[in-house]
Amino acid sequence: MSTTTSAHITVCDLTMAYGDFVIQRNLNFDINRGDIFVIMGGSGCGKSTLLKHMLGLITPAQGDIEFNGQSFFSAASSERDRMRRRWGITYQSGGLFSAMTLAENVSLPLQLYTGFSTREIEEIVDYKLSLVGLGGYQSYYPSEISGGMRKRAALARAIALDPEILFFDEPSAGLDPISSRLLDELIVQLKESIGATVVMVTHELPSIFDIATNSVYLDANTRTMIAYGNPNELRENSDQPVVRQFLSRGIEAVQDSAA
Amino acid sequence: MSDPAPSITLSSLESEGALLTLAGSWVEGSDAPEFSEFLPRLTSTAPERVLVNGDELGECDSLLMAFLLQLANVCLERNIEFQTEGLPEGVVKLLEVATAVKPHREPEQERAPLLQQINPLRLLAGVVSDIKDSLAFIGEVTVALMRLIAGRANTRFSDFMTFCYQAGPDAFAIITLTSVLVGMILAYLGAVQLQQFGAEIYVADLVVIGMLREMGALMTAIVMAGRTGAAYAAQLGTMQTNEEVDAIVTMGISPVEFLVLPRMLALVVMMPLLTIYANVLGMIGGGIVAGGMGITPLQYINASETAITAAHFGVGLLKSLIFAVLIAVAGCRSGINSGRSSAAVGQAATEAVVTAVVYLIVADAAINILFQQMGI
Repeated sequence: MSTTTSAHITVCDLTMAYGDFVIQRNLNFDINRGDIFVIMGGSGCGKSTLLKHMLGLITPAQGDIEFNGQSFFSAASSERDRMRRRWGITYQSGGLFSAMTLAENVSLPLQLYTGFSTREIEEIVDYKLSLVGLGGYQSYYPSEISGGMRKRAALARAIALDPEILFFDEPSAGLDPISSRLLDELIVQLKESIGATVVMVTHELPSIFDIATNSVYLDANTRTMIAYGNPNELRENSDQPVVRQFLSRGIEAVQDSAA
Repeated sequence: MSDPAPSITLSSLESEGALLTLAGSWVEGSDAPEFSEFLPRLTSTAPERVLVNGDELGECDSLLMAFLLQLANVCLERNIEFQTEGLPEGVVKLLEVATAVKPHREPEQERAPLLQQINPLRLLAGVVSDIKDSLAFIGEVTVALMRLIAGRANTRFSDFMTFCYQAGPDAFAIITLTSVLVGMILAYLGAVQLQQFGAEIYVADLVVIGMLREMGALMTAIVMAGRTGAAYAAQLGTMQTNEEVDAIVTMGISPVEFLVLPRMLALVVMMPLLTIYANVLGMIGGGIVAGGMGITPLQYINASETAITAAHFGVGLLKSLIFAVLIAVAGCRSGINSGRSSAAVGQAATEAVVTAVVYLIVADAAINILFQQMGI
């Protein structure tokens, strides 16, 4: 645990396919401990699919994903569940249990997997909800709050167990710029204080440049990764015009054709 | 665990200050101090500022943060200055994030006393408004039907065909099973009594009249209420949850024309057909039992033939038409008015089946009384 730059998640020779249709192949990259790692790419390139593979929701056609050097897909199902307990995940539309209040949503993992007393759980839930700015909304149902609040509530549930890895699928999509920046800050704060590794799929360039420390770019045409590194550096120095174009919202391409 | 147990030491500083020294490891399973027990100790000194020192803290998780957050909130409430300099940097940052937004306060709501809540008049008003809603829904459906007849409704024929398939051929297996068994049950029921008078042959009459007038339509309707009525409520409820119904409304399409009519018409077309099918199978089921009592198939068929009249047959068909409308109304109304959560969709499906079954039995009784009076 003491080494700071060791690989936390390793994607080895991963091929993702639905039946015969290959989405991405030859994916090889490391995500280091403490990274904020962004999976980028145009629409339909397989970003969310890659995330689903990392979460073990889809079995890869070929290759493997390792967590702390331990293979996920060759592990027994009890071992997989044990690994999953150290993850916190927020889904695109939140994934909150709509039949439960926010407090019940956040307390569920605490009740299932920890030995905290009922009073302690209640206090921790209050704290987690305050962290995401939802203090006082304990007894609300997900359908009674706004979309942005639902995203934050989902984050509160994801961090309930102080996870080692936080996965986000489009965390700031559909949020206003200010909420989106606050969410970014929150992610950074959480990452620093609980020492988690963050993996996120996002299109939000400001948030990519602000908080990401490493990234991978999946290309839809060649069906493999064509860039890996800090997005700020990739924007300036990537040898792939597609990546520079993506990171500059297409402005790079205009300059190229004008020159 | 060799870690020291979590503890708090409270000591007073000069100029109305309190120094809180937190020590030990505040982790899961450690017997951490309870904030509500600690609070009186703090307030008894009535400090103007609180200084927290965390130099002796060991490992800590959310338990410590939950404690500190409550402390910070109390200090905010009572205008006590809260100084966190003595805490680890990560803890201070998290605390800043957690206190950045003030907790949401529920506006005070006056709650009616319990006795007033269970006021029978109010309960009655609930039932009345429920009936009103049902009637209004039937009204809307009628208006939509008029538009359909006038050729101006946004009802798609392909939807209608899909629902016909779901409410017809898809239901064959279960209708076959239930109606054969119901026919056998009717035959057994009569057989025991009729045998005492040596009138076994009248089992055929009993089964024919029982199936045609009553059980064929009613059993088919109950099965369809559980099968198709619940499915309609779940479909429409899920569409409500996914904002699909909103999309339909904002496209200027009436959800009753687009969603309810094809489902209701499919049931209205398929239910009489299913009922005829159920009648035939019920008579076959009765014949099996009659065979066991020594009645030959030919005798059974002959006796049945004389028992079948147009009136019996017509009453059953009329019932099945009315039942079809009732099932569709109960299912679609629950679905359209469903709440927007997974629990609400489940509730809508339950409500659809329960209301449909109640409607069916009440309607069946009413029809029987009416025809009895009319002598049909």
